[in-house]
Amino acid sequence: MSEMPARLAATPRVRHFVSRVLMVIGLALVVVFFGLPLLWLVTAPFDSVPTLAVSWPEWTLSSFAAIGENRYAVGSFVNSAIIGVGTCAVVLVLGAFASYALSRVRIPGRDGLLYALLLLSSIVTGTAAMVPTFQLVNLLGLIDTHLAVVLVISGGTLPTVIFILKDFMDSIPKSYEESARLYGARPWQILRDVVVPISRPGLAFVAVWTLVQVWGNFLVPYLLIRRTEQQPAAVLMYTFYTESGQADLRLLSAFALIFSIPIIVMYFLVNRRYGFRFHGGIKS
Amino acid sequence: MAPALALIGLFLVFPALWTIYLGMTDYRLTGLQAVDPSFVGLDNYGRILGDPAFWRSLRLTLVFVLVSGIIGQSLLGFAIAWALRRLTGWLKSLIETLVLAAWVIPASVSSFLWIALLDRRGGTLNEILGTEGTAWLIEHPMAAIIIFNVWVGTAFSMLLFSSALAAVPPSQLESARMAGAGGWQQLRDVVIPNIRGHILTNTLLITLWTFNTFTPYLVTAGGPNGASEILAVYIYNTAIPGGQLGVGAAISLIMLLINLVIALGYLRVGRARQAKPADATAAETAGGVVKPS
Repeated sequence: MSEMPARLAATPRVRHFVSRVLMVIGLALVVVFFGLPLLWLVTAPFDSVPTLAVSWPEWTLSSFAAIGENRYAVGSFVNSAIIGVGTCAVVLVLGAFASYALSRVRIPGRDGLLYALLLLSSIVTGTAAMVPTFQLVNLLGLIDTHLAVVLVISGGTLPTVIFILKDFMDSIPKSYEESARLYGARPWQILRDVVVPISRPGLAFVAVWTLVQVWGNFLVPYLLIRRTEQQPAAVLMYTFYTESGQADLRLLSAFALIFSIPIIVMYFLVNRRYGFRFHGGIKS
Repeated sequence: MAPALALIGLFLVFPALWTIYLGMTDYRLTGLQAVDPSFVGLDNYGRILGDPAFWRSLRLTLVFVLVSGIIGQSLLGFAIAWALRRLTGWLKSLIETLVLAAWVIPASVSSFLWIALLDRRGGTLNEILGTEGTAWLIEHPMAAIIIFNVWVGTAFSMLLFSSALAAVPPSQLESARMAGAGGWQQLRDVVIPNIRGHILTNTLLITLWTFNTFTPYLVTAGGPNGASEILAVYIYNTAIPGGQLGVGAAISLIMLLINLVIALGYLRVGRARQAKPADATAAETAGGVVKPS
């Protein structure tokens, strides 16, 4: 009888201790689960003889020379850059005009249109629409061109971009434009001298967001570009480990690291500036 | 505005509508039907619905979405957010950085990282477990892509739930604690009711994205023998290497319709929640408009 109260008193402390231990074990497992695959990416490129397994490297930078030795590697980064910058340009210019117009002009059903487009872009994903997209590009004679990839990705991301930019455009006070107009500014001057400077944070965000989307995009270029010289890094990376039997791990590891760094840098840059507000939007 | 709408129209609206027509032709990538396809009506659908490979793919997709998305990503993301909510310092930033890094590195890199990890001969996993020679990707392809997808996608749930948890009124938690509620009881009676809207949003978005992801193709390509051929991969394999564009378009339409149902569900939830606008965060609005590539 006399033992009971003592045990009751001890229970919360024991339970607290047990839950602490369980939490530490759980967090350790999380670190291992997420960290283990990533370890290879940071060790293998610096190992003189990289293997598939993670191991402490014999430090060297010689693997990075393998990128220069490969016929397509450097070119694929150029291709990725062309596609990325091209998509950025298309999306920024068209998105800025469209969102400005949507924000200023009163058309009946404007919001409805915007939501319909958004809904559509979340339904008609690259995966679900790959057959008609392929067929369309085929008919246009644009297979194996960067333009095709730029246009297809732009079409898919524009609704999101307009949605984000319209928020920024809405926040520009109309009085700024009105006073500019009073002083005789032309519409394009208002756009250039008033709207663009004020919405610059929004434009910058959209630019980075688009680059992140495009840089890692695999399916669209995989579907539309067959010639190796034209392929962006995302597709070439895949060819490295699926074709030609024995994969060259020196090339593969160094290439993977260089390919990943820009996106990680851009991501953490945006993360620092905008925080979670846009996390949902930043990565596909 | 017009050029933007034209581009959206050509590369987003038109493909969706065209899928309906293409799905009723015997279009092929090569051969006679590539030049002169004929209208076959609903034949493709009859063929698909009678094809066991389609049903297997649909079943695999269901398992994939349920286990890797709804259960795996959501629960793990919530658990991490819950564990990290009062933690500060290096451990918190280490975990957040790792989970985020898994999310942001390009798909073709992350899939190779997993191929290397699970490799039969030199893979790290076999070395750690001492199971030299186990070909995980051949023996357990579905388990492999499910775990892979949890690894890739947990970050979103973690981020969404940590912002949701931060918004739970501390006073309510405090009074629950005063009333003697333990961790589980606080979770059940205070936290979950408070973030119910976030849970719904998260579940619907994760469902949509997991259903549409093509990334598992990079790990197993649907193999061996279609054992991990989820719907997205099934469409690709049928239409492009298989050359049957018409049949591929017909399956695409089925996929589009499923997407529509999920998206309408999301919209419904969104509308119900607009009655309480304080709940909806910008994150969700932004999150709601993204799609997996």
